[in-house]
Amino acid sequence: MGSYLPETREGRADMLASLGLTGPDELYSVVPEEVRCGSLNLPEGLSELEVVGRMEALASENVRFGTVLRGAGAYRHHIPAIVRTITSKEEFLTAYTPYQAEISQGVLQSIFEYQTQVCELTGMDVSNASVYDGATAAAEAVLMCLERKRGQVVVAETINPDVMTVIKTYCASRNVPVVSVPAASDLGVDLDALRAAVGPTTAAVYVQSPNYLGVIEDMDAVVAIAHEAGAKAIMGFNPISLGILRTPGEYGADAAVGEGQPLGLPLGFGGPYLGIMATTKALMRKLPGRIVGETTDAEGRRAFVLTLQAREQHIRREKASSNICSNEALCAMTASVYLATVGPEGLAQAARLCAGHAHYLADSLAELGFVCKSNRAFFNEFLTTCPVDADQLVSALAKRGILAGLPTHGGILWCATELNTRADIDRAVCAIKEVCDL
Amino acid sequence: MSTIPAELRYTTSHEWVSEEDGTYTIGLTDYAQDALGDLVFVNLPQEGDEVTAGEAFADVESVKAVSDVFSPVTGVVVEVNEALLDAPESINEDPYGAWFVRVGEVSEVGELLDADAYAAHCEQEA
Amino acid sequence: MKLLFERSVAGRGQTVFPQLDVPEVAFDQALLRRDMPRLPQMAEVDLGRHYTELASQTHGVNDGFYPLGSCTMKYNPRVNEQVAALPGFTDIHPLQPVETAQGCLRAMHELEAMLCEICGMDAMTLQPAAGAHGEYTGLLLIRAHHLANGDTARTKIIVPDSAHGTNPASAVMAGFTVVSVPSNAQGGVDLDALRAAVGPDTAGLMLTNPNTLGLFDPNILQICQIVHEAGGLCYYDGANLNAVMGHARPGDMGFDCVHVNLHKTFSTPHGGGGPGSGPVGCKAFLAPYLPGPRVAQDADGHLSFEQPEQSVGKVRSFYGNFLVAVRALTYILTLGREGIPEASSTAVLNANYLAHLLAEAGYDLPYGERCMHEFVIDCGPLKAKTGVSAMDVAKRLLDFGIHPPTMYFPLIVHEALMVEPTETEARETLDEFVQMMTAILEEAHTDGERLHGAPFTCPIGRPDEVTAARKPHLRYEFGE
Repeated sequence: MGSYLPETREGRADMLASLGLTGPDELYSVVPEEVRCGSLNLPEGLSELEVVGRMEALASENVRFGTVLRGAGAYRHHIPAIVRTITSKEEFLTAYTPYQAEISQGVLQSIFEYQTQVCELTGMDVSNASVYDGATAAAEAVLMCLERKRGQVVVAETINPDVMTVIKTYCASRNVPVVSVPAASDLGVDLDALRAAVGPTTAAVYVQSPNYLGVIEDMDAVVAIAHEAGAKAIMGFNPISLGILRTPGEYGADAAVGEGQPLGLPLGFGGPYLGIMATTKALMRKLPGRIVGETTDAEGRRAFVLTLQAREQHIRREKASSNICSNEALCAMTASVYLATVGPEGLAQAARLCAGHAHYLADSLAELGFVCKSNRAFFNEFLTTCPVDADQLVSALAKRGILAGLPTHGGILWCATELNTRADIDRAVCAIKEVCDL
Repeated sequence: MSTIPAELRYTTSHEWVSEEDGTYTIGLTDYAQDALGDLVFVNLPQEGDEVTAGEAFADVESVKAVSDVFSPVTGVVVEVNEALLDAPESINEDPYGAWFVRVGEVSEVGELLDADAYAAHCEQEA
Repeated sequence: MKLLFERSVAGRGQTVFPQLDVPEVAFDQALLRRDMPRLPQMAEVDLGRHYTELASQTHGVNDGFYPLGSCTMKYNPRVNEQVAALPGFTDIHPLQPVETAQGCLRAMHELEAMLCEICGMDAMTLQPAAGAHGEYTGLLLIRAHHLANGDTARTKIIVPDSAHGTNPASAVMAGFTVVSVPSNAQGGVDLDALRAAVGPDTAGLMLTNPNTLGLFDPNILQICQIVHEAGGLCYYDGANLNAVMGHARPGDMGFDCVHVNLHKTFSTPHGGGGPGSGPVGCKAFLAPYLPGPRVAQDADGHLSFEQPEQSVGKVRSFYGNFLVAVRALTYILTLGREGIPEASSTAVLNANYLAHLLAEAGYDLPYGERCMHEFVIDCGPLKAKTGVSAMDVAKRLLDFGIHPPTMYFPLIVHEALMVEPTETEARETLDEFVQMMTAILEEAHTDGERLHGAPFTCPIGRPDEVTAARKPHLRYEFGE
């Protein structure tokens, strides 16, 4: 049996005796007999060696694909070596939320740096210290925009379906109606339908670009439609794309949210990920979650603190606009280290590689009869037709070590990143051809 | 000892009120600002909002607390002192100058205390 | 110290990505960003040193004693980190075919079963990403249950006044209004007040047991009975589960659903504020409402995902903070049947030991020396006598390299210091803490004035929080 108790059995017996107790059971004398439980039905504890073996066996039941051509909300990117080194430092890893600023300047400064980087990346004024993931960031952003006389939200159906479900869950419990606007035939959100859906009670319009099917949305039009109706415009973004693509700030969005996983976080079967959330000065005090600010101490030294805390649940309790407490601080630091490592030019290069590889893949697939279902501009994901049975294609490619695109929307949603080199794509396309020819 | 101007009226929840031509100006008393400590932000209603006597219409934030501000009257907000948004410290520095809102179309006035009665009330609370 | 941006020098950096091996995509100019983001440009060596310096200004539980009440800052085992970094877990796409992710599903399935056993629940979801997120999810189950019964009048959630702030905030997010009930003189739920509060509008009760004073409520069965008889459900906030694992199960106390904090009770690191993980468990009658997808196992042991029929939806993308769950599974497998209850009883022992010695030293323990895994010191009497507040005591502890207890919580004790030593501290660490607290008490009586200026040895003194909130400065401003 493993144990992390430093005190020996004898030492604990001495401590009990010093309290006038004879056994650990007496510590629970206040617990009514009826609720005391017997031995738990759990396995015997394991030594470190055994537990590592056990967990390695579990890990080996999973298949690691040499080539991943699937994104759809989770992206396999290169993670620079220094990112993991820095974020495994025990001080960062094992600290709690930095309530005691005097011994938490390291964590606080890193969050302040993260907030600054998010502002630079998105072109927004203010960022929080993170929320759980991209989906909850979108849901929180939608709720943040509610006003007394504006209680309805409009969401494009072209966003990631998981994000849509989470927004609907969050809104349903607050009795906030969600109007969803379908895609036009070119797979961008239908702007006429969007214009028709937005009205004087609309609090916010949420559109993701590039959208779930890869299409870069006409955000100029989206923002204009929202603002003409007096509603807020929220833009969902892919952080890597912002290495080159126009920012939510440049489009005039009131809030920007994104899944930060591509910035140095592994796929990890879905988490932990990072909810990036940024907004304008005007909405600063409605932004949920922790926020770090700069100030000084009595001697005038620069100091960082958690600030604007009166927005938060531990003070405002039932009047708080969000209940968020723990966030994804270490994931935010991961993103921050990632961005500092690659720098502006590195991020742009990552974006160029993602886009270049995806377009190369699209061209190669087109030759095999997988035709893009949209003629709109895309970044690193795109939906094609599938001339063969999609499920069979996926399993046949899986046997060849390739994770194919995701069967969805009557086709296949493909993705490429900087990891899918030209040679890698050529090999994959060969394999796809083989499978199609069978 | 906090300042309690004789010409104003007060609530037991520490708001001050002055009335002119049917319009009521409302703020927080010196006693209140002192008890709340350094204020860092104010959430104010909007012009045209209806307020109800005895119900909260605004709140004030200190670093570690938030407190409601209650309306002494029922009516409609006709003017909001938006300068407070950028300078919440003025409530601490000049509580009787730092008014929150002016309320018109007043249909009901809650129980108000004069300066002496309010002073006695504060003493009781202290 | 300098910010990343102040260390940045144009043109510096390392080559992380190769040159393009395919044609560059020519995007329409209107789709491109106009200005490059002003991200730091730094050599790797300087970046490494920057964070080493930041780390030196950060105190984690693996650096020293961290008796932060209500947060269960127990030791974070290294082996958990090693296992969670296995490429067989980190490199698995959440949408890859389930046949190729059986290990992940099995890890989830096993952890769910073990958490059910520890909590006395029938079903569990790992989807919520933190404790507050779990609360929200659990309340959605309660809401769905009442709505499915056509019981639309049940709109109120009862929360004791000693509760964490997340409880009322979560209730409101889940569409409820909050009714606060006072605590009795012993720090437990006032049964008469509870009886008066329940009724046909009661959706449920949220309770932490042991509560935020570190006291196990001996009336727990009656409490749950009162709520159930009124037609409400009982929600267990698992923030303090570390006191009772293997000794008392929320399910046996009468609770219908729970959340647990893997980052507290099950030793996963807090990461300076996350990622956490807040799995939610429930009795069988609530299981149809759980967020989907859920892991299901067939007779052959093959695992797949399925959608609960009346699911409340999703509260997060994919399946939750999976790699945090892997750490928690590693922890439970390590401790096992005997180690889990022993961890709890030792946490309780350490708290009682510390409470006894601090009371002996002269600190005021308003609810007595006997407690569960944590206890509350009231610095009110000390402040009245010497002017030294809970804040002063806490800040002085920083000079001794100790993370202070939780300050000013629960709200019902005005000068509260809430101490939770956890089970992973040796007796000599506890004794040293008592010595420091004794020394601070002496200072308070001899030179209390000085303590208002503490800490004296940290990188900064007490920051000006008023200016920070009045004139928010939330990002680095580049000199133009």
